[in-house]
Amino acid sequence: MPEPVISISETCRERLGYAAAFTPALLDPEIGEPEVIAGPNGKSAKKRYDVYRNNVTVSLINALSDTFPATQRIVGEEFFRAMARLHVRQSPPTSPLLSDYGRDFPDFIEDFEHARNLPYLADVARIERAWLDAYHAADAAPLHGHMLTAIPPETLGQAVFTTHPATRVVRSRFAAVTIFSVNRRNEPFGRVKAGEPEDALVTRPRLEVFVRRLPPGGARFLESLMAGEPFRKAVDAALEEDGDFDLTANISGVIEAGVFTAVMVSEHGDNG
Amino acid sequence: MTRTALSAAYLAGAVATALGTGAIAGPMTEAEAEAAMAAGKEKCYGVSLAGMNDCAAGPGTTCQGTSTVDFQGNAWTLVPGGTCASIQVPGGRTGSLEPLDRDLPT
Repeated sequence: MPEPVISISETCRERLGYAAAFTPALLDPEIGEPEVIAGPNGKSAKKRYDVYRNNVTVSLINALSDTFPATQRIVGEEFFRAMARLHVRQSPPTSPLLSDYGRDFPDFIEDFEHARNLPYLADVARIERAWLDAYHAADAAPLHGHMLTAIPPETLGQAVFTTHPATRVVRSRFAAVTIFSVNRRNEPFGRVKAGEPEDALVTRPRLEVFVRRLPPGGARFLESLMAGEPFRKAVDAALEEDGDFDLTANISGVIEAGVFTAVMVSEHGDNG
Repeated sequence: MTRTALSAAYLAGAVATALGTGAIAGPMTEAEAEAAMAAGKEKCYGVSLAGMNDCAAGPGTTCQGTSTVDFQGNAWTLVPGGTCASIQVPGGRTGSLEPLDRDLPT
């Protein structure tokens, strides 16, 4: 526990000390129950402590289950909860906000040997995490098309964009967007081929989160713009990655999806 | 694609075509997105999933923490409830989960 910066009362210090003694065994059954607790007449309080153990573990597994419903549907509840328990033990929360939990769960899934036959699973989980980040991101009014058409053509290449707080791009070597979508709908679906690479765009222009599948070169285009690179450089990068990149369609898509909030022409851009 | 193709006129032309009269000019509303999906109209940035915020706001948004007993199985089993059997992985196989015979949670 880090040294507190502010001065705290003696009572408060005692309570922090108690918490520090109480918590370590919560997620580790190998450690016996803490010495600071005791049952009636000085008896062991193992069963009583186990109630806390159970509640902490269950609430964190439930949190992962709420954040990753499609991932859970793909592997089934039993497998998911067993996998989640290992992750909870290995990576307890670092933030008191439960909705922040599970940020490293997709990486855990990627390395998890018992799910290695489902190579798309980690990317589906990444889209689900991006979905929740978009949901809880700050509200902002998305960029309107007329702000872009108002820029003089000769300086358009230098335009840089401000990314909407909710926008996320998730790239996948697998059909992660399709697999995510069919498993979030909770309806039966036919056979899905996982081998087609798909890039996801997650946005929340108003109140609802949208997940879109990006066209060829679209992810590279957006990653470049979101990194603050000027418009011309982003178009260059997208065309270099995929000759099928369609600029007109991508501009429509960017505006329609609400990817950005503002555009400005930088003073020191290229003039080429 | 050459540098010539990325001239100011090319960039401006694409912007004008994309955002000009009659084309997309602003962000799609929730209703428009739902309608586009329902009609099966796949625009460039085809919407794959819209809405459903009410039923998936994430953890901490409902009352949790009551004493739910979470049973631990002795082994990992292939779960028939999972949809992974319908998802074909490259190589023509259907992905499956592997049972675990060690690292059992205690």
